Amino acid sequence: MNVQDKVIAIIAEQAVLEPSDVSPGSTLEDLGIDSLGLVESIFAIEEAFDIQVPFNANDPQAGDFDISSVAAIVAGIERLIAEKTA
Amino acid sequence: MRRVVITGAGTINALGHSVPETLEAMREGRCGIGELDFRDVDRLSIRIGGQVRGFEAEGRFNRQQMSLYDRFTQFTLTAAREAIEQSGIEFTGEEANRSGVVLGTAGGGVSTWDENYRSVYEEGKNRVHPFVVPKLMNNAAAAHVSMEWNLRGPSFTVSTACASSNHAMAQAFAMVRSGMAPAMITGGSESMLCFGGIKAWEGLRVMSKDACRPFSANRNGMVQGEGAGIFVFEEMEHAKARGAEILAEVAGFAMSSDAADIVMPSKQGAARAMAGALRDAGIDRAEVGYINAHGTGTAANDKTECAAVADVFGPHADRLMISSTKSMHGHLIGGTGAVELLACIMALRDGVIAPTIGYEEPDPECALDVVPNVAREAKVEVAMSNAFAFGGMNAVLVLRRV
Repeated sequence: MNVQDKVIAIIAEQAVLEPSDVSPGSTLEDLGIDSLGLVESIFAIEEAFDIQVPFNANDPQAGDFDISSVAAIVAGIERLIAEKTA
Repeated sequence: MRRVVITGAGTINALGHSVPETLEAMREGRCGIGELDFRDVDRLSIRIGGQVRGFEAEGRFNRQQMSLYDRFTQFTLTAAREAIEQSGIEFTGEEANRSGVVLGTAGGGVSTWDENYRSVYEEGKNRVHPFVVPKLMNNAAAAHVSMEWNLRGPSFTVSTACASSNHAMAQAFAMVRSGMAPAMITGGSESMLCFGGIKAWEGLRVMSKDACRPFSANRNGMVQGEGAGIFVFEEMEHAKARGAEILAEVAGFAMSSDAADIVMPSKQGAARAMAGALRDAGIDRAEVGYINAHGTGTAANDKTECAAVADVFGPHADRLMISSTKSMHGHLIGGTGAVELLACIMALRDGVIAPTIGYEEPDPECALDVVPNVAREAKVEVAMSNAFAFGGMNAVLVLRRV
């Protein structure tokens, strides 16, 4: 499973949807994921990829981690994985 | 219904080991938050907190007591001694049978859980000290207060997360006001600053890595503190009859539940608690000069709380002062309302309003007079103390100058 498929699986589970219902262009809002669901998703992503995601629930827009869409989240994770192995 | 007054106050927290030390720090706008110092802190991403410094249990308590007192109980007993000595009250005979202690704590003996889990899981030991259970139980602190001062009436512990001590004090107040008890010891304590305690909070991603800046546009979360605040709530005529010094009157309270979300606060729930406390006290909103805010420094709390204050107080919201002393002592979770009540007493008694320190940028969603950075002199007749907990459980107290 590549990074995108894995992330979609995690987000789909959080949103109680089928992975096929989640597309790279989906936003978390579209999928009905609230702030607590987002914190849980990030935890699951950190566990799955063994990375640290810089994310503060007080200001989800702050920091370098873009959560505006599934594609943006995937790109951010790929960058963190690359930084870890670099 | 009887009138209820506060005749003794005690505390230990990151700002000081007594009420005078704490109030001096609040007047000076001093920050008690710093680098955390405990085992395995290097494995945490959050490394700051309002830790109590220079507190040695050895010497204060004997060996037998030490084996029974978790740090949250040690804090409680230290603060209770200060409060009861100031009050001068003694519990004997029939009065002792009717007086009790109601305290708040969210976690109880967290470091006792932490140390003993470490010992059995990490170190692989198969035996723990025989007093682990009586040391960590949430009612341990209240129990030891009752034993130390012969309080034989109703005693128990209230646990409503960040509102625990306000719920506890509201309950104690109601018991004295109704005539059930001539006096009650009340307040709360917390001691979660250990590896497991902070690690659990890290998970929620609401903690700041650098400072607690309530109401400031650049705030980035809460900072945890530890300690205790303990008070003697006494029936007014009882206090007068024995010539006790009266610090303030407890005029009313209200509790409400958001019944909505386990962590996100609701404006309506907060507003109902504030309005309800004023109604209970029979006080007009225009008489309130100071609010000690819940003011955690999280985006969710601060915006919601300011909007609720605006709703409840209308145009008067722009005239009253509201500050969050968590910027100085951190968030004491179940003990926080008790330590913060000291700022209300200082406002009423000394005419000094504790500041919100760390305030750097105005936030249009928190456009109230938050007493930024520097304490202020002002005559205040009525002060309010807010506590809004996870679980959507709110408790607000109203105090009046005597």
